[in-house]
Amino acid sequence: MTDQSAGEGTAATLPPEPRNRGLVEFWHYFSMNTGAVIGLVVFTLLVLMAIFAPLVAPHLPDEQFRDSLLTPPAWQEGGKSMFLLGTDAVGRDMLSRLIHGARYSLFIGLVVVVFALVSGIILGVLAGYFRGWVDALIMRVMDIILAFPSLLLALVLVAILGPGLFNAMLAIALVLQPHFARLTRAAVMAEKNREYVVSAKVAGASHLRLMLVTILPNCVAPLIVQATLSFSNAILEAAALGFLGMGAQPPTPEWGTMLASAREFILRAPWVVTFPGLAILITVLAINLIGDGLRDALDPKLKRS
Amino acid sequence: MKTKLAFAAALLAATMLGGVANAKTLVYCSEASPAGFDPSPWSGGNDFDASSRTIYSRLVEFDKGKTTISPGLAESWTVSDDGLEYTFKLRPGVKFQTTDYFTPTRDLNADDVKFSFERQWKKDSPWYEYLPGTGWEYFTGMGFPDLLKEIVKVDDLTVKFVLTKPEVAFLPDLGMDFSSIVSKEYADQLEKADTKQQFTQKPVGTGPYQFVDYQVDAVIRYAAWDGYFGGRQKIDDLIFAITPDPAVRAQKLKAGECDIMSYPAPADIEGLKADTNLNVEEQEGLNIGYMAYNTTLPPFDKVEVRKALNMAVNKQAIIDAVYQGAGQVAKNPIPPTMWSYNDAIKDDEYNPDEAKKMLEAAGVKDLSMKIWAMPVSRPYNPNAQRVAELIQADYAKVGVKAEIISYEWTEYRERGKAKDRDGAFQLGWTGDNGDPDNFLFLLGCSAIGQSNYAIWCNKEFEDLLQKGKATTDQAERTKIYEEAQVVFKREAPWLTIAHSKVFMPMNKKVSGFVMDPLGIHRFDGVDVTE
Amino acid sequence: MFRYLLHKLALIVPTVIGISLAAFAFVRLLPGDPILALAGERGVSPERYAELIERFGYNRPYIVQYLDYIGNVLTGDFGISIATKRPVWGEFMALFPATLELAVVALIIAVAIGIPAGIFAAVKRGSWFDQATMGVALTGYSMPIFWWGLLLIIFFSGYLGWTPVSGRIGLQYFFRPVTGFMLIDSLIAGRPGAFSSAVSHLILPSIVLATIPLAVIARQTRSAMLEVLGEDYVRTARAKGLAPRRVVGLHAFRNALIPVVTTIGLQVGTLMAGAILTETIFSWPGIGKWMIDAIGKRDYVVVQSGLLIIALIVMAVNLLVDMLYAVINPRIRVQ
Repeated sequence: MTDQSAGEGTAATLPPEPRNRGLVEFWHYFSMNTGAVIGLVVFTLLVLMAIFAPLVAPHLPDEQFRDSLLTPPAWQEGGKSMFLLGTDAVGRDMLSRLIHGARYSLFIGLVVVVFALVSGIILGVLAGYFRGWVDALIMRVMDIILAFPSLLLALVLVAILGPGLFNAMLAIALVLQPHFARLTRAAVMAEKNREYVVSAKVAGASHLRLMLVTILPNCVAPLIVQATLSFSNAILEAAALGFLGMGAQPPTPEWGTMLASAREFILRAPWVVTFPGLAILITVLAINLIGDGLRDALDPKLKRS
Repeated sequence: MKTKLAFAAALLAATMLGGVANAKTLVYCSEASPAGFDPSPWSGGNDFDASSRTIYSRLVEFDKGKTTISPGLAESWTVSDDGLEYTFKLRPGVKFQTTDYFTPTRDLNADDVKFSFERQWKKDSPWYEYLPGTGWEYFTGMGFPDLLKEIVKVDDLTVKFVLTKPEVAFLPDLGMDFSSIVSKEYADQLEKADTKQQFTQKPVGTGPYQFVDYQVDAVIRYAAWDGYFGGRQKIDDLIFAITPDPAVRAQKLKAGECDIMSYPAPADIEGLKADTNLNVEEQEGLNIGYMAYNTTLPPFDKVEVRKALNMAVNKQAIIDAVYQGAGQVAKNPIPPTMWSYNDAIKDDEYNPDEAKKMLEAAGVKDLSMKIWAMPVSRPYNPNAQRVAELIQADYAKVGVKAEIISYEWTEYRERGKAKDRDGAFQLGWTGDNGDPDNFLFLLGCSAIGQSNYAIWCNKEFEDLLQKGKATTDQAERTKIYEEAQVVFKREAPWLTIAHSKVFMPMNKKVSGFVMDPLGIHRFDGVDVTE
Repeated sequence: MFRYLLHKLALIVPTVIGISLAAFAFVRLLPGDPILALAGERGVSPERYAELIERFGYNRPYIVQYLDYIGNVLTGDFGISIATKRPVWGEFMALFPATLELAVVALIIAVAIGIPAGIFAAVKRGSWFDQATMGVALTGYSMPIFWWGLLLIIFFSGYLGWTPVSGRIGLQYFFRPVTGFMLIDSLIAGRPGAFSSAVSHLILPSIVLATIPLAVIARQTRSAMLEVLGEDYVRTARAKGLAPRRVVGLHAFRNALIPVVTTIGLQVGTLMAGAILTETIFSWPGIGKWMIDAIGKRDYVVVQSGLLIIALIVMAVNLLVDMLYAVINPRIRVQ
C-alpha cells in the first residue's frame, strides 16, 4: 500500500497527462524489480559498447597479430597485457572482437524482432479482424511453421537461401513470427467486440482505421513482452546457426561464428571458446531480465499479486 | 572432493573390470560413417577403411605403406606380349568368411572374380542397379568400362582379363578398393531371397576381419577371420568408434576410449604429442592445397597480376596459423615426396611492396575480388575459411579488397568449375597413386570444366603433359615433368599453398600400424600389447 | 470431449498436408543437385547423369513427383537415402531411439527438478531460495546450450576425466539393441557395469538438453502456483486451518498443473531443436545429427522425409497435450 501511494506521489509532480501517468506507473513497477533494473543497466552498457565499439575496442577486430597466435588471457601464464582476453588462431584480439560482436548480436536481435513483429502483427490483425477463410489460411500456415522445430526450420531455410548473416536473420524472423501473429490475433479477437470498437464502427471508421488505430494500441502490452523474448531468442538462434556454420560467415566477429571456429581449440585454448559464449549468455540474460520486469509491470493481473 | 574422486575411481574400476576378457581389442576412432560395406559403389576413404581394407581382399595388394604391389588372391600372373591379356592364377583354398548370416559351401574361384567386376560393368547384371542410382564411380572413373573387353574364366582357379588397349597401370588398378573380390555364392543367395540390399549391409569377403555388427553412425564391430589366407590376425576384436569431431576424437584417445585415431585437428597435435601414453606417427602427405585463379577473366588473365597476388601472400603465416606447423609451404603443384619434384624452382617470395608495385604496373587499381573457401576440412587444407581470412588480410596490405565466399561442398565444387567463376578458388588434391601425372593432369586443357579450376590451358604445359603420358622411361618422364613444373611456376595459374603432413596418433600399446601414403587405414598386422 | 477432439483433428488434416508440401518444396528449393551430390568428388558423366535423373524421376513435373511421394509415404515408403542407399524409414528407426532416450531422460530431469523447485520457490516467495532458484532458472533459460555443452565437456571429461567423451556406452559392452534404449538394453543384457556405463555416457548430454526445459518448467510452475495460491479457495482452505503442506499439495498444485502440463508438452519442439545442437556436440548418434548431416550432404530424400516425420511427431505430441489438457481442465471441452 505504501508503495502505491509513493507511486502516485511521483506522478503528481509531472504534468497530469494520462500517457505520462501510465509511463510513470509503469516505471514505478519496473523499477521495483531489482533484476530488471540490473538487466537494463547491463543492456544499456552493451548498447553503448556496441555503438562506440571502435572507440572502446583496443584493436581493430580484424587486425591479425601474426606473432601472437592463440595468446592466453593477460592473467594467465604467457598472456600479454596488450591482449586482455587473449587472441584467436590468427592472432586477433579476442576483446576487440567481442566488443565489435556486440554490434552484430544486437543488430540481429533488433532486425529480427522488427521483421517478425511487423509481419506477425499484420497477419495477426488480418486473421483476427476478418476471421473466416483469411483467418483459417493464416493460422494453418502458422501451425505449419510451428510444427517444425525452430532451429531445424531455420537451418533448412538458411540452406535454401545460402549461409550468411542476412539470410540467417530472415530465417529466424520467419520462425519467430507466428508467435506474434497468434498473440495479435487473440488480442484483436478479444478487443473486437468491446464497446469502444463497436461504437467506432458505428461511427463509420474504415477497416484500416479500426484495425490499426482503434484496436491495435490495446494489444500492445503482450506484444512488447513477446518482442523482448524474441529479441533474446533471436540472438540465441543466430548464435546457434553461426555455431553450425550457417550463420554469419567468418571473419565476421559474430559470437556464435567465433565459437564455431574456436571449437577445434577446445582443449588447447579454452579461452577462445569460453568468452564468446559468456558474452552471449550475459546479453541474453540481461534482455530476459528486462523481459521479466516488463511482463510484471505491464501485466495487470500479476501486478498486485 | 576426495570422496568424489574415490567414487569416480571406483566407477572407473568397475567399468574396466566389466570389460575384462582375454580378447585383444583395438578401438579405432574413425572420422565418418561408411555409406555401406560394399567396397565398390562408394569412393570415400572412410568407406574403404570400413569395407575393402578390413573385410575384403583383392587379386593384387598394395604393400603396406607403399604404392608397389604384391600377389593377393592371385598367386601369380602372366601378361601377353601385346599387353592386352592378363592371366591370373588364383590362390587355392581361399575361404570366404563364415558369419551368422552366411556359410560358404565353396572356396574362392574364378566366378567370384568375374562377378566382382561384371556387376560394376554389365548393365544387364541384376546387381548393376541393386543400389538405386549407384554409378560405380570409381570403376567408371578409372576408365574400366572402356578398358575391359572381357573377363574369361579359364578354369576354376584361372581367370583372364582381356583389355581393349594396353594400360601400364592395370595391375595397380586391381589393387584399388573398387577391385575388391566379393562372393558370388553369397550374392546368388541374396538374389534368390530377394534381399539384395543386404549385400552392402551384411558383407562377406576374404579379408583379415569379418563383419560383426554396425550401429548406424556409432560403432562398427569386426572380428578376426579365423580362415584368413594371410593368417589369423592378432587382434580379436576390431572396433570403429565413429566420431566425426576431431577434437572429440583426440579427447577419446587421451581418455583411453580409443587406441588409434584418424585425422587429428592440427591444433591438437601438440597436446597429443605431449601425452606420454601416446605415439604420434607422421608422414608427408601426398597432397597439395592450392588456390586457383580464373585465368580467363581479367585482370587474372595477366601473368603479372597472378604473380603479384602470389607475392602478396605470406604463406609461412598460413602454415603457422592454419596447419599449426604441420605442413610446409608449397612451391610446386606436386608434393616433394613425389619423383620428378623440381626442387630447383624458386618460390615467389613474399614481398607486399613489390607486389603492390607490380599491380600498379599492370594497371590494376582498387581491385576487389572473391576468395572461395571450402566448407569442409581436408588433409590438404584443414581450414579453408581461416586460410581465406589470412589471405584477405594480406591482400588488404597491397590494396586488394577480398570477400570470402563459401557454399555447400557439392555446390562449391560445381560452381567452381564454371568458366566464368568469379574469384580465386581454394581446393586441393590427394594423390591416388604415386604418379606425377595424377597431380599434373589437374591443370590439363581437357580437365577444364572438370578438375582444372584455374581454367588454364597452356600449350607448352599441355604438350609436356601429353608427352609424359606417352613415355614409359621414368628418367625421361622425370625430365619432362620437371620442365612442366617450370612452366607452371612461370605462368602461376595457382597460388600453391601447402603440402600438409598427415598424423596418426595412437596409444603406445599399439604396434604394427603402418601409415599409408594414399591415406588408407589398414589394420591387418596390427597388434596391441596389454 | 469427442467433439472437441474431432474439431482438433479436422484442423490437423490441412496442417499435415501443408507440412508435407512444405517439406517437399524446401527440398526442391535447396540449391545444388541431388545427382551430383550422390556422385561424390569424382563427378559423373553426362550420360550417367541423364540416366539417373530419369531413374529417380527428377525430370517429372513437380506435382507428379509430389503425389508420387505422398503415395509412397502413405504406404510407409519414405524413400531411399541418396548417400547410404538405405531406406530412410529404417535409418530413422535405427537412430530415433537414441534421440528419444536422450529427450526422455532430459525431460525427466527437467520435470523432476523443475516442478519441486518451482513449487518451493512459489511457497517461499521472496525468500533467498526463491530468488536464487529463479536467478538460476533465468540463467538456464538464457543459456546458449551448444556452449554450455562444450564447457561441461572441457570440465568433466577433459579436466576431471569423470565422464566419457562421447558415445552411448563403453565399447567393451556389445549387445544387439532390443529396445534401442541403451539404459534398458544394458539391463536386459545383464552385463555388470553396462548400465552404469550407459548412465555415465548419457549424463552430460541429458543435462545439456534438460537445461532450457528445466528453466522453463521451474518458472512456469512457480507462476502457476503463485496464481493459484492467490485464489479464493486456497485462502479459504488455509483459513479453514488445513495444514500448509496439504493446501499446497492437494489444492494448489493440482490446479497449477494445467499450465505446467501445457508447458511440458510445448517443450517437445524445444527438445527436438536442442537435440540438434546436443547431438552435434556430443557425437550422439541420433536424428538431430542425422538431419544436420543430411542437410550438409544434400541428401534430399533424407531431408524431405526427415522434416516430414519430425514435424508429424511434434504435431502428434501437441495433439496429445491438447487432449490431456482437455482431460485435466473440463472447461475447455465445451469451448
